[in-house]
Amino acid sequence: MKGLLKIALKLLANDRGKFFTLILGVTFAVFLMNQMTSMFAGIMRKSTSNVINIGAKMWVMDPSVENDRSSIPLPDYVLDYVRSIKGVAMAVPIYFGSGLVKLPDGTYQGANIIGLDDTTLFGRPPIIKGNLNKIYNSDAFIGIVDSDYRKIGSPGIGSVLSINDHRAVIVALAKPTSGGLFGTPTLYTTYTRATKDLPQTRYSMSYILLNPKSNADIPYIQEQVKKLGYKALTQKEFEKTIENFYKYKTGMGTNIMIMTLISFIVGLSIAGQTFYAFVLENLEKFGALKAIGAKKYELMSMILFQASVTSFIGYGFGIMFSSLIIAFSKARIPNYAAIVTYQNMLIAFLMVVVIAGFSSYIGIRKVLKIEPFDVFRG
Amino acid sequence: MKAILEAKNIVKYFGVDESKTYALKGVNLTAYYGEVLYIVGPSGSGKTTLLSIISGILRPNEGTVIVKDKDIWKMKDDELADFRLNHIGFVFQDYHLFPKLTTTENVSIPLFLKRQNWDKSLKEAKYYLDVMGLGSKADLPVYKLSGGEQQRVAIARAIVSKPDILIFDEPTASLDGETGRQIISFVKEHLLTQDRTIIIVTHDSRIFEYANRILHMEDGKLKQTTNNHFDTEKNNTSVTQLEAQ
Ligand SMILES: Nc1ncnc2c1ncn2[C@@H]1O[C@H](COP(=O)(O)OP(=O)(O)OP(=O)(O)O)[C@@H](O)[C@H]1O
Ligand SMILES: [Mg+2]
Repeated sequence: MKGLLKIALKLLANDRGKFFTLILGVTFAVFLMNQMTSMFAGIMRKSTSNVINIGAKMWVMDPSVENDRSSIPLPDYVLDYVRSIKGVAMAVPIYFGSGLVKLPDGTYQGANIIGLDDTTLFGRPPIIKGNLNKIYNSDAFIGIVDSDYRKIGSPGIGSVLSINDHRAVIVALAKPTSGGLFGTPTLYTTYTRATKDLPQTRYSMSYILLNPKSNADIPYIQEQVKKLGYKALTQKEFEKTIENFYKYKTGMGTNIMIMTLISFIVGLSIAGQTFYAFVLENLEKFGALKAIGAKKYELMSMILFQASVTSFIGYGFGIMFSSLIIAFSKARIPNYAAIVTYQNMLIAFLMVVVIAGFSSYIGIRKVLKIEPFDVFRG
Repeated sequence: MKAILEAKNIVKYFGVDESKTYALKGVNLTAYYGEVLYIVGPSGSGKTTLLSIISGILRPNEGTVIVKDKDIWKMKDDELADFRLNHIGFVFQDYHLFPKLTTTENVSIPLFLKRQNWDKSLKEAKYYLDVMGLGSKADLPVYKLSGGEQQRVAIARAIVSKPDILIFDEPTASLDGETGRQIISFVKEHLLTQDRTIIIVTHDSRIFEYANRILHMEDGKLKQTTNNHFDTEKNNTSVTQLEAQ
């Protein structure tokens, strides 16, 4: 069989133009698919950036919350109740809000303001410059140095800003794990100051951050919170909820899924058609092989091998090119959201398997049907 | 004499209804062990069709083909493929080689199909290329060879697996007289044994001398048999002089 597969490979490689077109078709499809799914993964990751950056094990919220940015404030007794649940190691409030930063040129820029629990500062970002303790000074804020920070003029330590007409002094700078999706800069301060400076509804607590004593306590805590009419999600669950919101309740997911499907179809048709043309051109040779005594499964194996080789080479190039482009874009475009995940590569791989399978199928069907005698007589 | 191959009442037509044309109209043919059998006849008389049917490539509409006591057209597809691989060496009228593969690789193909190891196959193929006088072209792609050279490659491919029934469709059409004679005489000398048969379709009167019997075809029928140096009952008794057509 090895000899036959080698012959199959030579037949393929000898037809340079077709071989190249085939590989190009698959490469193109994989490139597009991987680009699409990576972009999607990047957007999803960015959409959950707050949850990732704050890093609490569990979040307590109103049951109708679908994403972190539209929080529904919780009354204070929920905090007391949560603290009394067996298995809760700590529970603190957090405030998510937004304010308007007045820029030196007189224009305004919206910013996310996150208020951390005064005593624990639980959920604080990793400080890269300045002193965290100065957060207790009057009007103190921490600036988050991500790609959006320059929108408020990249204020350094000691800079004074005006947020909602309140004085704000940057006392420290922090670097987030993940940048946000919406292109707004983020500032951290204490819970007390945030709720004092920013507009308020009847309740001010956006979420309760909670750490259980052990993972084994999580189901019990969730059950107890549910009894009160609220919900407690683990970090992963909350991320999933947010992702599902963007996937299914905004047009984003569907659009990207359609684009991925289109790239798949484009790749499938280029590769399928070229491969079919290749088989047609070599029909006489397959006919000769058949006449000499090649059995069905030998012909099938040859074709399957040819389709697989081209598909997997194309897959390699596709992943390589899209990864390079993504890496290059990330270095150049600060807000570029795309990450190549193993899951995406697996999806692209499965699609390539389908492309190879489909191409082989149409080739094999044709080859099994030919009568050598007809081929010879032209 | 014992028959290696027996075709009985072979009918083959192409097309349906009005366009139905009969290529073979009830042909009976017997090939014996140890003989060289020629089939001659005008163009379109059904020679290639007959060869394809007796070698298990083209299914007849009627009739049976018994090879070594087996009815080949009762076999399943893969069994028939195996039969062709192991018993038939076919030289096609238009060669049907793989132009971009090397000469040696082309000749090795039946050996690859027999699962023989790559290097060993190439070595055996080279031997037959040497025999065909193509040793120096062993590593060239076939499309660079002349028509006559390609014909010899096709012959090498047909004989490389030492089949017991060699079937040649116009094997010397592109060869000069001397080369044609040399090759057929080589084939007869080295490959014709008491457990083989060689069936050759040809127009080439220069190689008639190698035939034991000659079957004359016309319009899908066998018209007459000429015994050359071979007698199906005794052996080599009647010698008939052939008239060139
Ligand atoms: N696939 C086909 N469809 C229709 N007619 C066919 C087909 N194959 C063969 N024929 C017809 O069958 C007849 C016999 O053809 P065949 O090729 O066997 O002749 P031949 O004796 O080998 O001729 P030549 O000496 O020119 O090679 C011809 O009339 C041919 O037109
Ligand atoms: Mg013919």
